Amino acid sequence: MDVLDLARWQFGITTVYHFLMVPLTIGLSLLVAGMQTAWLRTGERKYLAMTKFWGKLLLINFAMGVVTGIVQEFQFGMAWSAYSRFVGDVFGAPLAMEGLVAFFVESTFLGLWIFGWDRLPKKVHLACAWAFSLATMISAYFILAANSWMQHPVGVVMDDGRPRLTSIWAVLGNNTVLAAFPHTIFGAFAVAASFLVGIAAWHLWRRTEEGAVWRASVKLGTWVGVVAFAGLAVSGDVQGKLMFEQQPMKMAAAEALCHTEQPASFSVFAVGDVARQDCESVKSVTVPALLSFLAHNDFSSEVKGIQDLVPMYQEKYGANYPVDPQLGELSGKPIDYVPSLPVTYWGFRLMIGFGGIAVASGLAILWLTRGGRVPRGTWFKWLALGSIATPFLGNSFGWIFTEMGRQPFVVVPNPSGVDGVWMFTARAVSNSTVGEVLTSLVALTLVYGVLACVEVFLVRRYVRAGVAGVLPDGEPDDVGKSDDHLQFAY
Amino acid sequence: METFWFCVIALLWLGYLFLEGFDFGVGMLLPVLGRDETERRVLINTIGPVWDGNEVWLLVAGGATFAAFPDWYASLFSSAYLPLTLFLIALIGRGVAFEYRGKVDSARWRRVWDTVIVAGSWVAALGVGLVLSANVFGLPLDANGDRLGSPFAAISLETLLGAFAVAGYALVHGAVFLSLKTEGEVRERARSLALKVAPLALLPLVVLLLTVQLRFGSVWTWAATIVVALAALGAYTRLVLRREGQAFALMGVAVAATVTALFGALYPNVLPSTLDPAWSLTVAGAASSPYTLTVMTWVAAFGTPAVLVYQGWTYWVFRKRIGARHIPPVHVPTGDARVGEPS
Repeated sequence: MDVLDLARWQFGITTVYHFLMVPLTIGLSLLVAGMQTAWLRTGERKYLAMTKFWGKLLLINFAMGVVTGIVQEFQFGMAWSAYSRFVGDVFGAPLAMEGLVAFFVESTFLGLWIFGWDRLPKKVHLACAWAFSLATMISAYFILAANSWMQHPVGVVMDDGRPRLTSIWAVLGNNTVLAAFPHTIFGAFAVAASFLVGIAAWHLWRRTEEGAVWRASVKLGTWVGVVAFAGLAVSGDVQGKLMFEQQPMKMAAAEALCHTEQPASFSVFAVGDVARQDCESVKSVTVPALLSFLAHNDFSSEVKGIQDLVPMYQEKYGANYPVDPQLGELSGKPIDYVPSLPVTYWGFRLMIGFGGIAVASGLAILWLTRGGRVPRGTWFKWLALGSIATPFLGNSFGWIFTEMGRQPFVVVPNPSGVDGVWMFTARAVSNSTVGEVLTSLVALTLVYGVLACVEVFLVRRYVRAGVAGVLPDGEPDDVGKSDDHLQFAY
Repeated sequence: METFWFCVIALLWLGYLFLEGFDFGVGMLLPVLGRDETERRVLINTIGPVWDGNEVWLLVAGGATFAAFPDWYASLFSSAYLPLTLFLIALIGRGVAFEYRGKVDSARWRRVWDTVIVAGSWVAALGVGLVLSANVFGLPLDANGDRLGSPFAAISLETLLGAFAVAGYALVHGAVFLSLKTEGEVRERARSLALKVAPLALLPLVVLLLTVQLRFGSVWTWAATIVVALAALGAYTRLVLRREGQAFALMGVAVAATVTALFGALYPNVLPSTLDPAWSLTVAGAASSPYTLTVMTWVAAFGTPAVLVYQGWTYWVFRKRIGARHIPPVHVPTGDARVGEPS
């Protein structure tokens, strides 16, 4: 493997791993802030227990999110320095804003929340939880604005071969980020919701004490999940329509749509080899005219297929890579404008599929546990535990689809973006040695692997212990009275 | 405008070195000053609420460099690829270790994470010093800003000196911080340790500054270097007199003057090329467009004071000294809460 492949694998691994922590943090932090608010308003012990229990799981997860986030930022300069030079004028700004405006708030107020239980007045302490949770969403906005610019470059002019920022408002108000942000946030709530439902249902099944805590968690989780899924469907549709306009090749690949169709039918699933660009061996179960509707909001419009898009791309961006030693093996070779079809086609379906399974199992669990009932069979335990994983998988496949679908570009040229702003992924990589990138890829993957085991071990331990693990001997709610002991300490 | 942003980045580095400097130091001293489990928990809890916020200064320094000087960011980070990888792994390790070490009540579990904290703090502090001094002394960059030398080009006698300078500073700074933040025996131990090791631990910093000045210095960077020496001496005498707060503040003056001297010697370059001065990245050449810098200036103008206010408030909220009597008994899950499992 060459530096490009290694750097891409490294980016894929570290990004997907980081994005296991991020949505859970975003979703759970807002729910925990809500639980604490409920506790302050009602004084019910149930809500204190929920705040502490879910808050503890949030912290275990947040630590990992922070440290893997630093890797994300450094990686642009380390492995993708040519990209950093190319886009620095525009891409660095939202990144720096994320740090200055959001991440400082997050980390500082989380520290205040963790250690402030006995140091701060209750309302101020609660405000810290809200500040933390809102800052995670603001963080997400800036990062998505940076990513959306790569999908749909706006607010720049080309100047001496590099995009130069002309309007930060265009970048922050990019229609791509306006669509991606709600989609990502609803995705985050879907993750947190299934986390709540799955773990709480498992406790109910085990007949653990504190049934009220688990029942309230199942109910909260399910309704949040239902709202999140509805939001995902609506925002996903908006995002899809934008993508048909901005990145037609990505959507053609998502459908494995080889030939232009009018009206175009939506493929539910395919049998056979979707990797072939002529689609000859593919038998697809389709819904007639649905793809036309998804793309353009009417049932009869034309949707361009891969084989008609390729010549268009070749005409605009060249048939061959330039001859340049920096490009290594690709120098002078023909450019493949079609993203990996199996990855995009199945990534798209798995994203939607796992999302659907998540909400369906949430609703099933709510129905099965109605009126104090709990099914006794072990199948219920597996339903509960299995449902936790599904939105994580949906999110991961969503990102894999989004990022793989824009290959071979790292900054995608599009009809509604600023003309002439684009960059091939092969051009973006640093001129590092294979040894450097391989060393960091192996080292980071190993460290991430070990930490994944530790995290699962710890989460499992706290989950099993339930409320007793976070509230020693029915701790009263008179926090802030004792001066001798810190109420919370590492 | 470019020069202003050069100063902002220097300021972010200053914030980072001053703040994370002491939490690195606390991590490095964990087994030395914490003789038993309770004492080690005292040490960790002195930085518990703040270390994460301290680390964000680095992230923002990186992000601001990316936004204001993309060429600088790209050349430095890609040239120091391997040292930065090691540094990142150290940061990852110590970050999760603080959170995880108290989550299981087992001596072996804690021993593992203590080792990670100590090793992570040392490696990270050394790494920061290495990369920062490599930035000042320069890297073998070609006309494009890409490294021509080996992957280990950032490692030389000078940069190793820089590594020990930052690690030595962090060690002393951490000990002074602990003598300010703890009570009882730990406080005494931290104070006497700081007094004992300071002359040796701060030596690399002094040598580094002299080397930099002899190579690139001007009148006012010499002045800054003298301030470093005076502040360090002042901190020492204040600590002898048990004025820990003043000693800590003077350590801050020392690091501020150090950053001034280093970045002053660097200016108007942002990253010198050791191969040909014509290939050095300069403040003017590596900067983003005036529009981007203006946008960033607005963000910084509103963001930075806010950060200083609420981070300052955090330090105020947790201003009390911590001692063994404040440490609650260990409460972590052991068994499980099961009442009866269905058959």
